[in-house]
Amino acid sequence: MNLHEYQAREILRRHGIPVPPGEVATTPGEARASAQRLGGKVVVKAQVHAGGRGKAGGVKLANSAAEAEAHARAILGMTIKGLTVHKVLIAPAAAIASESYVGIIVDRGSQRPVLMVSPAGGIDIEEVAAKTPEKIHRLAVDPRYGLLSHQALGLGFALYGDVHQARAAADIMQKLYQVVYAVGASLAEINPLATTPEGAVQALDAKIVIDDNEVERRPDIAALRDVTAEAPEEVAAREAGLTFIKLDGNVGCCVNGAGLAMATMDLVKYYGGEPANFLDIGGSSKAQKVVAALRIMTSDPRVKVILFNIFGGITRGDDVANGIVQATHELSLKVPIVIRLTGTNEGEAMEILTKAGFSALTDMDEAVKQAVALAKGKAA
Amino acid sequence: MSIFIDQSTRLVVQGITGRDGSFHAKQMMAYGTKVVAGVTPGKGGQRFEDSVPVFNTVAEAVHETRANTAVIYVPAAVAASAIFEAADAGLELIVCITEGIPVLDMTRVLPFVHERGARLIGPNCPGLISPGKSKVGIIPGNICEPGKIGVVSRSGTLTYEIIHQLSSHGMGQSTCVGIGGDPLIGTNFVHCLTAFEADPETAAIVLIGEIGGTDEQQAADFVRRNVSKPVVGFIAGQTAPPGRRMGHAGAIISGASGTAAEKMQALEQAGIGVMKRPADVVPLLKSARI
Repeated sequence: MNLHEYQAREILRRHGIPVPPGEVATTPGEARASAQRLGGKVVVKAQVHAGGRGKAGGVKLANSAAEAEAHARAILGMTIKGLTVHKVLIAPAAAIASESYVGIIVDRGSQRPVLMVSPAGGIDIEEVAAKTPEKIHRLAVDPRYGLLSHQALGLGFALYGDVHQARAAADIMQKLYQVVYAVGASLAEINPLATTPEGAVQALDAKIVIDDNEVERRPDIAALRDVTAEAPEEVAAREAGLTFIKLDGNVGCCVNGAGLAMATMDLVKYYGGEPANFLDIGGSSKAQKVVAALRIMTSDPRVKVILFNIFGGITRGDDVANGIVQATHELSLKVPIVIRLTGTNEGEAMEILTKAGFSALTDMDEAVKQAVALAKGKAA
Repeated sequence: MSIFIDQSTRLVVQGITGRDGSFHAKQMMAYGTKVVAGVTPGKGGQRFEDSVPVFNTVAEAVHETRANTAVIYVPAAVAASAIFEAADAGLELIVCITEGIPVLDMTRVLPFVHERGARLIGPNCPGLISPGKSKVGIIPGNICEPGKIGVVSRSGTLTYEIIHQLSSHGMGQSTCVGIGGDPLIGTNFVHCLTAFEADPETAAIVLIGEIGGTDEQQAADFVRRNVSKPVVGFIAGQTAPPGRRMGHAGAIISGASGTAAEKMQALEQAGIGVMKRPADVVPLLKSARI
């Protein structure tokens, strides 16, 4: 789950990290009022879950409150990577002496949170990492002891020669590490960590990604979710306990397990079709989940056929079969359904499906070929 | 032989009275796995299916029944705690089926398990099966046949698909291991490849990976240096859209994008036969003269 920049900044502030003031505006008028309070010379920043906001025209410098209002009018409602901007952050345009990078990510390789810092921060940090990897300093933190003071200070000196600035940066790193465990983040990033001409060290921009598995046990974090910033069918899928990603094809795929779901999409393509989506109904599937899955898939008029590929393990075939039958009672399905079902409780599942007038296959290749042929027939 | 589990496996089921735990405990018992104990706090003293003793704690279960392996079916909110408990009770092998464990919980679990000398498989995995000997987890036993192919996979149901292909063409399996799809897992491809290479009853290995991370590239590198047995591989996600970006840090840390194309190339360069679809597994193994 992504947080907006303004939410991430607020979390950092609450953990004692110096962050310049800022206000959120949802209308050009609010943007103007905020800019006036902040002294007129401000940055107007689109709050949207997409990278490359600046390059897309979603970040603008304003020299006056009137200009801030004009920029907000242009940015609010614009689309960046398919997502509509509903909010802007208004922050004072600070003079910057230097830009560094500080980030913490849970690393698969070392199986630890890894702190990465670079004196070459800013928007081109990935290029810095690719071309001059020696400018990125890394430390795998032992979670039993946390980020130790001397470790943080060592990295502070990698950023700044001045001892006061190095200490300030070290303090920020230790607090950022605490933020990770406090909010359940899989990523926490300050870019840039800036110095002002007076020498103060401040977090100018922040990005926090929450591990989706943390949200349920943290109601305060769950409350930060902005559903208006997400694709509507993905919101519906999540609420039903499904993982759904929209694609451009016409073969709707409903599969149990992420690996098999991807392999099914790959096989649709292999036989000349185009998958309409990635959809994993997960383990322990209740019938109601299948109903939700069918509702989401059939809401897209481009979908010409629905392909079920179920290999029962912890998912029971009879649960899925009941779901398909129930869904056909609840929804008026206009597209054909191809079912491949095998594994746990296959016998019971076949009985349920046959009674309801469905036929099911047990071979994956055969089912995919049939679905692709149906999609092409309807499309023609 | 086989790897990790066989007839000597004595299993304790954590969460044996839950919906999934009870269902799969019965399936494992029917398969012939020695299920010697169950654990559900508050239900100590009961018997599961009139035979398996249920205990309040894993330590009691181990003390009373000499269990050497645990399988975990408890909900995600208490699963990390269940792994800690199993490792503390001295079990050699812990298999965690539960999905949805926060990754930060795993940063604390893994060093704890490692220090106690236990092997963790998973979390978020289907477990493992040594056909004809023992099954720990949820892999459907009826699709497996005893034989000499070792299977290791990051996926759950895709593993079943490949096993199904093998069995229906007379290619039995020594052991099939689902290592789990989470970012932080206890047992990786290299651990399983090492065990399969050392197992005299395994003649060839099937490796099933997917997009994300660089585990498959490391496995390919290990195969090139250390594995003498034929290996064939599959990578799921050839048509997946480019993954959601994890800020800048994700790109900086791996230096790789984790695409299927990248991984398939790494496998090919290591001399691994790469499948285009699951049904290719049998012809590829046959061409390696298995």
